[in-house]
Amino acid sequence: MLLARADQVTRRYGDVLALDRVDLTVRAGEMVGLLGPNGAGKSTLMNLIVGLRRPTSGRIELFGGDPRDPASRRQLGMTPQETGLPGTLRVGEVVDFVAAHYPDPVPRGELLDRFGLTDQVRRQTGGLSGGQRRRLAVALAFVGRPRLVLLDEPTTGLDVEARRTLWDAIRAFHADGGTVLLSSHYLEEVEALAERVVVIGHGRMLADDSVDAIRSVVGVRRVGFVADELPALPGVVRSELIDGRHHLLTTDADQLVRDLVVAGVAFSELEVRPTSLEEAFLAITAEERPRDEPPVTATAGR
Amino acid sequence: MQLTLVHTRYQLLEIVRIPIALIGSAFFPAAAMLFFVVPFAGKDPVGATYATASMVTFSVMSANIFQYGIGVAEDRDQPWNPYTRTLPAGPGPRLAGRVLAGLALTYLSLLPVLVISATLTAARITPLAFLLAIGTVAVVSVPFTLMGLAIGYSLPSKAAIVVAQIVFFPLAFGGGLLSAPGEAPGFIEVIAPYLPTRGAAELMWATVGDYPMRPLSLSMLGVWVVVLASLAVWAYRRDEGRRFS
Repeated sequence: MLLARADQVTRRYGDVLALDRVDLTVRAGEMVGLLGPNGAGKSTLMNLIVGLRRPTSGRIELFGGDPRDPASRRQLGMTPQETGLPGTLRVGEVVDFVAAHYPDPVPRGELLDRFGLTDQVRRQTGGLSGGQRRRLAVALAFVGRPRLVLLDEPTTGLDVEARRTLWDAIRAFHADGGTVLLSSHYLEEVEALAERVVVIGHGRMLADDSVDAIRSVVGVRRVGFVADELPALPGVVRSELIDGRHHLLTTDADQLVRDLVVAGVAFSELEVRPTSLEEAFLAITAEERPRDEPPVTATAGR
Repeated sequence: MQLTLVHTRYQLLEIVRIPIALIGSAFFPAAAMLFFVVPFAGKDPVGATYATASMVTFSVMSANIFQYGIGVAEDRDQPWNPYTRTLPAGPGPRLAGRVLAGLALTYLSLLPVLVISATLTAARITPLAFLLAIGTVAVVSVPFTLMGLAIGYSLPSKAAIVVAQIVFFPLAFGGGLLSAPGEAPGFIEVIAPYLPTRGAAELMWATVGDYPMRPLSLSMLGVWVVVLASLAVWAYRRDEGRRFS
């Protein structure tokens, strides 16, 4: 059963192309991670799915309907940005306010207990710590007993303990049959929670695969050295020559170095560095690639 | 309907938690009562009654322009507002709740003026006229609610604060609220009928006394309501288009 679907969705803000023909399906029971650097289009995609924005072209379906119709959002849970909680309202009041919108909300005490906020029920949200605010924001997504929950960067900026509490709550929801779509720019978070990963960069869908398959792509290394002519080398995702120095991106740095030696390349100043998530994304979004070519790099393993 | 009341309650809660916001809209009219009405018209029952009605109009105007102009503009800056739009309800209950809460606060802001009028002046009103006046306040709120919404939806909060402050004093003065009916300085008598404050004040005066309403003021009030409603709808749509389309 499809809970949410994006079909060739494009979204522009003026001249800026935020999403470019994105396809996404979220099925019941899945836990999908939406991975991409800041500004990749993750939040735009989420805003389209919850009906805050309309696609410029293409189609969004939520529970088989238009997300802009309130009835389509009855089984949806979304989390506000923690900075957006009304500072003068108490924790319990904020929960009650959201609960009033649903026919069968989770009792307040039970929800706050699940997110470790029981002692804060009478506190104004403006007086909470960053971690408590974040937990409250995420808790609100679960008030209405949703079938699908969208979490936009749920644990960004949290300490380890607060992050664990949230991860446990999200896992418990999923174990009960709940469906989750969460965005993050941390591979670690997506690895810890998701089974399936969708990678977006520059508004395009770069990959949609298992966590393992994505990890191998994101595990790209940068091999740099000074040399003259290079023979053709297998396993190079992308190569650059800057000021006489070669920079090769590869998924297997060991093999690449062996190949260099075997090929008799007279290299010097060898350096092997891990790439950041951002660099890895850039590697798969390389400008050289014609726009209409499918994003093969990441999906080759399927 | 139930949801509208929930939104009303929470709007009120948010405002009541910062009580200084309430004092703001009640302060000017109450101060004007104390400094101008009590010493100059306090002894004359008719004059004091009209003056109280003027101050009530003043209060209704400032309460509405400020709470909608600034409140809406500030809300638009807050990420909480878009979040509420992901709940299974349209923007309707939130807007309706805001207007109901606004009306409740408008009535609340009138209390100081009424208390001062009842205790320190000779103003008199029959129970029937008092009940009618409660209804008139709601009617008179309409143009100023629309004006506040137009300001709040079209400007960022810092600009909205300034515009609300610039707008409300000339409207009060130019509409002749600070003088007895028919006794404002000459140029004000000329421009007053063209301002929404005058039509509103005349409605109040006619409710509490024998004031004969002038067709010009009343029809101009109608024109203002139409113009301000179009402005508010335009600003609301533009804002929706920018943030939610």
